[in-house]
Amino acid sequence: MPLLEIRNLSVEFPTARGVFRAVDGLEMTLDAGEILGVVGESGSGKSVTMLAVMGLIPYPGRVRADVMRFDGTDLLGLSPRQRRSLVGKDIAMVFQEPMTSLNPCYTVGWQIGESLRAHNAVPKSAVRDRVIELFRQVGIPAPETRLRAFPHQLSGGMNQRVMIAMAISCNPRLLIADEPTTALDVTIQKQILDLLISLQRERGMALALITHDMGVVAETAHRVQVMYAGQMVEEQRTDALFAAPRHPYTAALLDALPERAVGHARLPTIPGTVPGIDDRPAGCLFNPRCRFTTERCVAEPPPLAGPAGARARCHYPLDAPVAVTA
Amino acid sequence: MLRYLLRRIGMIVPTFVAVTFLSFMLIRLVPGDPIEVRAGEHGVPPERLAEFRHQFGLDQPLWKQFLDYEAQLLHGDFGTSIVTQDSVLHAFFQLFPATIELSVCAILFAVLVGMPLGVIAAVKRGSGFDYGLMGISVTGASMPIPWWGLMMILIFSVALGWTPVSGRISDAYFIDPVTGFMLIDCWWSDDAGACTSAASHLILPTIVLGTIPLAVVARMTRSAMLEVLSEDYIRTARAKGLGGLRVVVIHALRNALIPVVTVIGLQVGSLLSGAILTETIFSWPGVGHWLIESIQRRDYPVLQGGTLLIATLVMLVNLGVDMTYGFLNPRIRR
Repeated sequence: MPLLEIRNLSVEFPTARGVFRAVDGLEMTLDAGEILGVVGESGSGKSVTMLAVMGLIPYPGRVRADVMRFDGTDLLGLSPRQRRSLVGKDIAMVFQEPMTSLNPCYTVGWQIGESLRAHNAVPKSAVRDRVIELFRQVGIPAPETRLRAFPHQLSGGMNQRVMIAMAISCNPRLLIADEPTTALDVTIQKQILDLLISLQRERGMALALITHDMGVVAETAHRVQVMYAGQMVEEQRTDALFAAPRHPYTAALLDALPERAVGHARLPTIPGTVPGIDDRPAGCLFNPRCRFTTERCVAEPPPLAGPAGARARCHYPLDAPVAVTA
Repeated sequence: MLRYLLRRIGMIVPTFVAVTFLSFMLIRLVPGDPIEVRAGEHGVPPERLAEFRHQFGLDQPLWKQFLDYEAQLLHGDFGTSIVTQDSVLHAFFQLFPATIELSVCAILFAVLVGMPLGVIAAVKRGSGFDYGLMGISVTGASMPIPWWGLMMILIFSVALGWTPVSGRISDAYFIDPVTGFMLIDCWWSDDAGACTSAASHLILPTIVLGTIPLAVVARMTRSAMLEVLSEDYIRTARAKGLGGLRVVVIHALRNALIPVVTVIGLQVGSLLSGAILTETIFSWPGVGHWLIESIQRRDYPVLQGGTLLIATLVMLVNLGVDMTYGFLNPRIRR
């Protein structure tokens, strides 16, 4: 049984111009101890999907799914109180902007301790020691003094370590990292990524790594899901995906990687942007930007097809499906 | 912190001079002077009037009178009432506790009722409660105090007979003014009846004086909360699995307090001017009542001294508000 199983998830927001479907018919499975890379441009619905898993979709957003199970528990069937006892404990999340994701009014030590106290993770008297231990694990030097620092007194990288310490404080089985390195300096990005991977290995937790950086995915993820305009357009094992992408969008993303574009005078790009609320096309959502668009693509939305674990949402997948050997 | 405090206190000095100048000039622009008002329509001979004017220095040129007044202030002398011959400072501190008592009750009422209402409106934004409350709060913020006071008296004192019409305490009680704060003195005297009487006399003036600050505090709390509730750290707090109340109070309200405390501080100024009207309507024996009388009697020293003392108080409150910022928001701490 997978740790996280989502089938036909949709997240909708009513707006003045009608209902906006930010996530549409999304499927996702994640096994214990697995690293899943979720890739896509801004606005593709990556973060919204993860917020839905966390139960953090703000009112008046609506979340629906045929199946949304965590470790066999139906997440949508839980009462708010039951959901809260799961969130922050078994499922935890690290956000994109460490500088604004911590409350400026409280010390970082207090904010991590709050998580521990909320879920009774350790006895009250042991909270401080546990926070110090967590600080050591995420590589914050001089934890005894940093404990009393306010977020504005720490750097972005340090604050992201604090966020990670907070997320792993109650030993989650699933850690969701939503573009954890996007807001950081390039030199710090690698450190934070390495930290996440080493924590994932030590603790055997599942990690959902949301990113728009294909390079990050190549280095870390076991499996990749590519998202476009609220839909999953392709899923594959990482090595297979990089060797033989099946959806034209994935192929275009890979072509845009500088290390793959050797020999081009200019770095290839994908023209246009992800369609928003007003300009969702009929048929395949990617058809206005696709090099291979036919009349069928404009007329008829493609289903998610192909062998399990290597599906793509395209009428004309690029390669014959890679042989999935047992 | 000390440097900051000294700089702020230094800035008070020019404000002082401006306040004394304004109150000095404005009252002299009003026709009539204290001697004329005292003489009334009795046929006091002009030579006698001139003698009085000379006695109080009112025959001097204005600039000389003003400089004399400033010099007097520098010696710590706030002057003497022309009417009662009582020292202005002494009279002020005798009446001031009544004003403080009323103002503190009004601001407590405004904060204790207005802040929770603003928080609820923000959490339930777009709901009927939100729209209703914001509608009422516009009405409240633009309420003319004299009319509002009279309406409250008509309804609760006259029609329903629930509250007394005016004064600080029923005539049946005589309470020794130990502190000057009626509630504390009554509690001190251990007389349950007196306590009830004093409290019931406070209800209407508190509501009338607290209405405008309440409306302002509720609106400010709502808008500050709306802004804070959309911050990333609120999402982080929810992602920890914290309960809704804890997220709203511990994580959001604490951050929303700075603008709210600022308007509370600003309201203290208008609260004192509102107190003048409220005290007049409810015959509340405070400094407001006293200042109104001093205008009618053209009692220059009382008016000037009283205005200056109240201005000092407003400045001190604003200084206090600025000092709390550092406590509320660690980023401002020096």
